[in-house]
Amino acid sequence: MVFAQQVVETLSGGGPNSDTVLARQMQALSFAVHIPIVCFGIAFPAMFLFVEGLHLRTGNPTYKALAKRWSKVALILFAVGVVTGTILSFEFGLLWPEFMATFGEVFGIAFGLEGISFFVEAIFIAIYVYGWDRLSPRVHFLTGVPVVISGFAGSFNVIAVNGWMNNPEGFDVVDGKVVNPQPWDALINTNMWHEVIHMYLAGYIVAGFIVAGVYAYAWLRGRRDHYHRTALVVTLAFASLAAPVQVVVGDWAGRSVAKHQPVKLAAFEGLHETQAGAPFTVAGIVEIPKLLSILARHDPNATVVGLDSVPAEDRPPVTIVRISFQTMVGIGTGLALLGTVFFVTWLRRRRLPRSPWFYRAVMAAGPLAFVALIAGWVTTEVGRQPWIVYRHMRTEQAVTAVDGLAVGYAFLVVVYVGLGAAVYWLLRRLSRRPEVT
Amino acid sequence: MLDDICLGFVLLGITAYAVFGSADFGAGFWDLTAGGAHRGGRLRGMVQRSMSPVWEANHVWLIFVLVILWTAFPVVFGSIFSTLSIPLFLAAIGIIFRGTAFALRGQAATIKEARVLGAVFALSSVLIPFFLGAAIGGVASGRVPVGNAAGDLVSSWLNPTSALIGVVGVLSGAYLAAVYLAGDSERAGLPDLVRAFRARALGAGVATGAAALAGLLVLRSDARDLYDGLTSGGGLALVLVSGACGLATLALVYRERFGLARVTAAGAVAAVVVGWVIAQSPYVLPGEVKLEQAAASDATLSAVVVGVAAGMVVLVPSLWWLYRLVLQGRLDQEYEPLDQRFHT
Repeated sequence: MVFAQQVVETLSGGGPNSDTVLARQMQALSFAVHIPIVCFGIAFPAMFLFVEGLHLRTGNPTYKALAKRWSKVALILFAVGVVTGTILSFEFGLLWPEFMATFGEVFGIAFGLEGISFFVEAIFIAIYVYGWDRLSPRVHFLTGVPVVISGFAGSFNVIAVNGWMNNPEGFDVVDGKVVNPQPWDALINTNMWHEVIHMYLAGYIVAGFIVAGVYAYAWLRGRRDHYHRTALVVTLAFASLAAPVQVVVGDWAGRSVAKHQPVKLAAFEGLHETQAGAPFTVAGIVEIPKLLSILARHDPNATVVGLDSVPAEDRPPVTIVRISFQTMVGIGTGLALLGTVFFVTWLRRRRLPRSPWFYRAVMAAGPLAFVALIAGWVTTEVGRQPWIVYRHMRTEQAVTAVDGLAVGYAFLVVVYVGLGAAVYWLLRRLSRRPEVT
Repeated sequence: MLDDICLGFVLLGITAYAVFGSADFGAGFWDLTAGGAHRGGRLRGMVQRSMSPVWEANHVWLIFVLVILWTAFPVVFGSIFSTLSIPLFLAAIGIIFRGTAFALRGQAATIKEARVLGAVFALSSVLIPFFLGAAIGGVASGRVPVGNAAGDLVSSWLNPTSALIGVVGVLSGAYLAAVYLAGDSERAGLPDLVRAFRARALGAGVATGAAALAGLLVLRSDARDLYDGLTSGGGLALVLVSGACGLATLALVYRERFGLARVTAAGAVAAVVVGWVIAQSPYVLPGEVKLEQAAASDATLSAVVVGVAAGMVVLVPSLWWLYRLVLQGRLDQEYEPLDQRFHT
């Protein structure tokens, strides 16, 4: 145990703030495990419900088999989401008691509403999955609707809190104390809409491409029956619709960051000095003049605030934020192109693309979308540092006074590695089972 | 007034979790003690079948308690989670293991896989209620002061009251689970399992009652204020209600009236939870913070009341429908012993 603590402390650089670093890494690890599952919670129910709708309209048993299969996978992922989400709510208290004690009354209501949506989701996904062939087809279909709605409502509330942490409002500070909370103002904050939509689309892109990748693999191995074709077309259609729109929403999000968190935007690009007509550097090599000003303000000569506008201790770790941002943008652009290829082929030729490279690209798109998802969250969360509540509470003021975080962290890593292996093992087994109608 | 309502929500959540969630842990207890792969296969099959459609919804009550606590009583939440970080962290880890192993073990293809997953599920099902109970014991015995990790990290949960509540938590879950599982077995038309769970329900009921009575002596020496609260006024009334419900359950189980026994068994557990909160009122953290000091501003409390009330409009009929479908057997899967597929 002591050894484990030493290893982790060495890795995290030790020092007086190492507890904060460890706590951040534990929280980040837990989010990285939970967020991809959230993507499935957002997007997968809409997909299997759509396929079940096709079954109701056509009576074709293939659609039913597919919807049934997907809903069973969704239930397992939901179970994993239940437990990984529980860890997150425990960690809020275990790692950040000062944050919760000070600001819980301001933003907490969002989690109250999230808890209720989560409840509704748990109830109806159980009825849906265990109700196949036991409820009338119409009632069964309708029990899927609350699953879709609550999947959206849950993520809406959680992301509203994240928006609030990045642009806190709905309270006053008097003599260093947080007073007069207005929870509804905190919930409906200025960052909420673009963050929610950005994440919602990400859910469709990540879940869509990951599932499509599984069927693209089967397609390349010659399994091209109606079942596999339907699975591919539905998942690709959802992901491909979302991917190009995400570019536009990303632009909206970027402009909002430029307005409300200029130092974070400067970190995206590593822009040191405040300047007019700021350039944008692609992949760290090619510099395009004035592009950053255009992206941030939609004006080539606009002034963009640089990192030097605040003292060094108020700046985020630039390298991490910058690399993450570029990764997200690069992958997002590629996925938008891939989605466009699918759509153009589908609309003009009414068939799937023929080149095996398309299917190889789809197989790569799932993991890449996952990387972009995590990179996006790293961009916004590390970009918010050193603040936990932007410009109101520093992360090190929020952290627990308990010692021995390193032991907990090491423990958690082992648990998550085991969890990942177990889920992978299970999904592989499920995908090998023959389809049943 | 608003603070009372919000405390009522917390109480509702803890009670519901103690009645529904802890029965799922209890089912894990019976899974753990069911015996070898062959002998225990039938019991385990019933556990798997009964828990599958409901355990996720049951688990959400825990989340409900946490979010109401951190919104309506933020300082209390921060103090509890920092001082009691060790048992709560261990419970959280247990929750990961329990949920994942349960979701995965239905997919096990070899007896070896099934054993590993089953053992993980069952062991964590016993550890989680113990650690959660130990944390409650720390709060109830006044060992959690206000502040960021202001209390003792070890003795706040390694103490007689914590040990008592941890053990009672495990036992009462086992008792509830056995009652519910006996009813489910009867509905499934499996008389051998009805007998098995009936015997377990009677045994666990007696053990829980004995532990609770002996526990009063522990509380008398370790947490005098709590003991006084539980042996006078409203606290005493609820302790008596709980005892009466417990005895009634034993009689009903003995006569195989499992439907009604479900209600009285749940009542016995619920009465103790409510009794505990009454016994330590007006304190939320005994000796430290009273309810009105702990509560958030009125704007927040009223938002919680509005939010939860609106949520309940959706939630109550949904839950009612789920449990009705379950109790009518409409979501029942075909029963199979958990070891069946390994025989071929």
